[in-house]
Amino acid sequence: MTAISPPAARLSAAGRARQWLRDRNIPPVYGILIIIFIAAILLDAFFGIDDELFILNQTILTNILVRSVALGIVAVGQTFVMVGASIDLSVAYLISVTAVGASYLMAGDPNRVWWTVLVLFVIGVLVGLVNGTLITRLRINPLIATLGVGLILRGLLNATFENFAGSVPASFQTFAYGMLGPLPISVLVLFLVVLVGWFVLRRMRYGAHLYAVGGSEEVGRLSGLRTERVLTMAHVICSTTAVLTGLFVVSRLRAGAPWVGTDGLYDLESIAATVIGGTALSGGKGGVWGTLAGVLIFSILDTTFNQIGIDAYMKQVLRGAIIVLAVGFYTFRSKAEQG
Amino acid sequence: MAESFLTEAIEPAAAARPVARGVDPVLAVESITKRFPGVVALDDVSVEFYPGEVHAVVGENGAGKSTLMKVLAGAYRPDGGTIRLDGAPVVFSHPSAAQAAGISIIYQEFNLLPERTVMENIFLGREPHRFGIVDYGRLEQDTRAVLQQLEAETLISPTALLGTLSVAQQQVVEIAKALSYDAKVLIMDEPTAALAQQEVTVLTALVRRLQARGIAIIFISHRLVEVFELAQRVTVLKDGQKVGTMPTKDLTMSKVVEMMVGRVLSDYFPERARPEDIGAVALRLRGAGNATLRDIDLELRAGEIVGVAGLQGSGRTALAQAIFGVEPFQSGAMEIQGQPELFRTPAQAIRNRFGYVTEDRKYEGLTLKQPINDNIMLTLRSLKAKLSRAFRNGTRGDQELALELAQRVDVRAPGMNREVQFLSGGNQQKVVLAKWLATDARVLIFDEPTRGIDVEAKASIHERIRELARAGAAVLMISSELPEVIGMSDRIVVMWDGAIAGELPAGAGEADIMHLATGFAESSRNEEKSV
Repeated sequence: MTAISPPAARLSAAGRARQWLRDRNIPPVYGILIIIFIAAILLDAFFGIDDELFILNQTILTNILVRSVALGIVAVGQTFVMVGASIDLSVAYLISVTAVGASYLMAGDPNRVWWTVLVLFVIGVLVGLVNGTLITRLRINPLIATLGVGLILRGLLNATFENFAGSVPASFQTFAYGMLGPLPISVLVLFLVVLVGWFVLRRMRYGAHLYAVGGSEEVGRLSGLRTERVLTMAHVICSTTAVLTGLFVVSRLRAGAPWVGTDGLYDLESIAATVIGGTALSGGKGGVWGTLAGVLIFSILDTTFNQIGIDAYMKQVLRGAIIVLAVGFYTFRSKAEQG
Repeated sequence: MAESFLTEAIEPAAAARPVARGVDPVLAVESITKRFPGVVALDDVSVEFYPGEVHAVVGENGAGKSTLMKVLAGAYRPDGGTIRLDGAPVVFSHPSAAQAAGISIIYQEFNLLPERTVMENIFLGREPHRFGIVDYGRLEQDTRAVLQQLEAETLISPTALLGTLSVAQQQVVEIAKALSYDAKVLIMDEPTAALAQQEVTVLTALVRRLQARGIAIIFISHRLVEVFELAQRVTVLKDGQKVGTMPTKDLTMSKVVEMMVGRVLSDYFPERARPEDIGAVALRLRGAGNATLRDIDLELRAGEIVGVAGLQGSGRTALAQAIFGVEPFQSGAMEIQGQPELFRTPAQAIRNRFGYVTEDRKYEGLTLKQPINDNIMLTLRSLKAKLSRAFRNGTRGDQELALELAQRVDVRAPGMNREVQFLSGGNQQKVVLAKWLATDARVLIFDEPTRGIDVEAKASIHERIRELARAGAAVLMISSELPEVIGMSDRIVVMWDGAIAGELPAGAGEADIMHLATGFAESSRNEEKSV
């Protein structure tokens, strides 16, 4: 029986390190995260606009984390649909709907918070169901289906609201500004969302099924999975995270406007963060820890660019370059692995 | 002479375990019929499969083997007849229903997820869990238990990523998955096709073990040597009909080959080349090889059609692709008109006036959503302007040239702007042909030129191919249909296992070709050597 096992190759030090990381399921994006972090410190040391290193400044460090919350939460949802080989472009519009809906419905009254939140989550679930149904039952390309749904949401929102509408009560703003010990509540929520996302994907049957559907729908179908339900559920989860991000955004801004989601570029950036995190556009591999690293990379870059005074447009150029480089690196690596 | 080595058939080793009579068949098909538009793929076929028996299903390409397997596995619904499992009639709406009932199929293309672990693959959809949380400890144990049944627990780790395993190991995982469904019937479609020789030995041992557990194994193979080694009974299919089911011990390989072919040539083919029509050597290969091919010696002369026969996976298409620079030769020598030359890319081949009508015209031969004229001009337009002008033999405009070529190959369509996806298979193939006429190809390779084409268009394509040869082109024609190879070729080359098993003159018999194509001649030669 030994004939068919490949010869045990002697691994180099680098190979052994890679094996160690793989055994522990640590996504390679953490390597990029560390490199970017070191690069950021060096850039700050040489080109920083003040003498203080941001790495030593607790406010800035915390700020990096807080910056990650809005994108991080929705990127976890985006990771789910992308593991399922789908994509969701409607999240940015849903975030706007949530933000405006929350401030309008709450109208500054603390007593209206709970049912408003409930209503918004129901809307999120419905949007997810519509996305999932269009994609799995009517077989509409996910890019088109979710873009269409997103545009419908935007149209409805713009027809009803022109500007900031209403406001959330001060108590609701605890979500964005409250602290629990040394850490902001919002950061804790982000970690909780990532943790739950990890648990569902890696420890629950549902996760195993979602990876299967993303890897090969046919294999999933032949193994008796109800592939349509599995993918629709992923879209529901994604829309739910978009609602949570919307609530965080409005709690930061106090009032929502129809452009907060689209201006935040949450659709494209959540996809970019997920891809940088190692989740393939073709689906079936990846995970939320990688996505978290992808989001942190964006936040560190933003903070560093601010520290060394790079203008907004240059920032976009550099972000774009880093996305392309990261994905190119993955393709190169997986080709090398295949020999 | 041919008979003498055929009759000394290899003693079927597996015949030593006869099936106990009086045992009921676990699976039986009765008068199964399956039609596809224009073809009867299975015509009133009845077979019984017994527990603990290896039952081989053999036949030429297109004999209906795969259709039968897909009917059994629930992937196709039969148009007539009954399937009985343990005596009770069953209808499977979906492959997963057949699997749940105990019929598992392992396709040549595995149904596994490379990015998931072995255990996640085996128990996909049936993970042990509590409140939806997967019990990974038990999953690993269960997987180990299944692998133990196959005595493969030291070979494959349940937590290994599937993509890191070898093809043979992945096959073991597929078998383990089937076993985990408590399969009573295991269907294996060409299980040895992708395996190296020593891996085949491992698989053979595995199949014996499954057999000892009382599982009925249905084994489709082109390799008669393996069929005789493993199977107790053989069913031969031909043109969708059952020729017979017989115990292996009562058969010889030559008898099986005879049952597989034995058909009357009735089609009309254009007249062959006369000796004076055949000109200089246009292409010569000497000891050429690459990852799939080895030691190819071949000469192709202007004015002649050389037919290439061989079973699926014998390297026919690989040969065409190697010549044309898709998967270039890595060793040996290639000469064009006496000059050493080796194409590294198809573009190079096209510049040297080579043409390649691919096996899969829909995906490799045509851009389906483009109109006829653009498809015809496709390769010509890919050339540099200077070369393109030279190939046109004058300065005609695109439209006139496309129209002229379409008329020459007799494309029947309402207009040149028709998207080729709306044409019949025969007309599509003519468009592909016109595409290579546009570059005035002097060496033409055809891979399955008439697959899926109706009889009338077939004759027309045959006529066109012969015309090209008469006009001085050198033609290499690959085909699975033996009558076509025999009817069209001025010489026949038979491939087996990535090499040329032999060359036969025009009008050679089907049996002679099949002997070479099934590796039978090869194995008896090897045996002579070892004696």
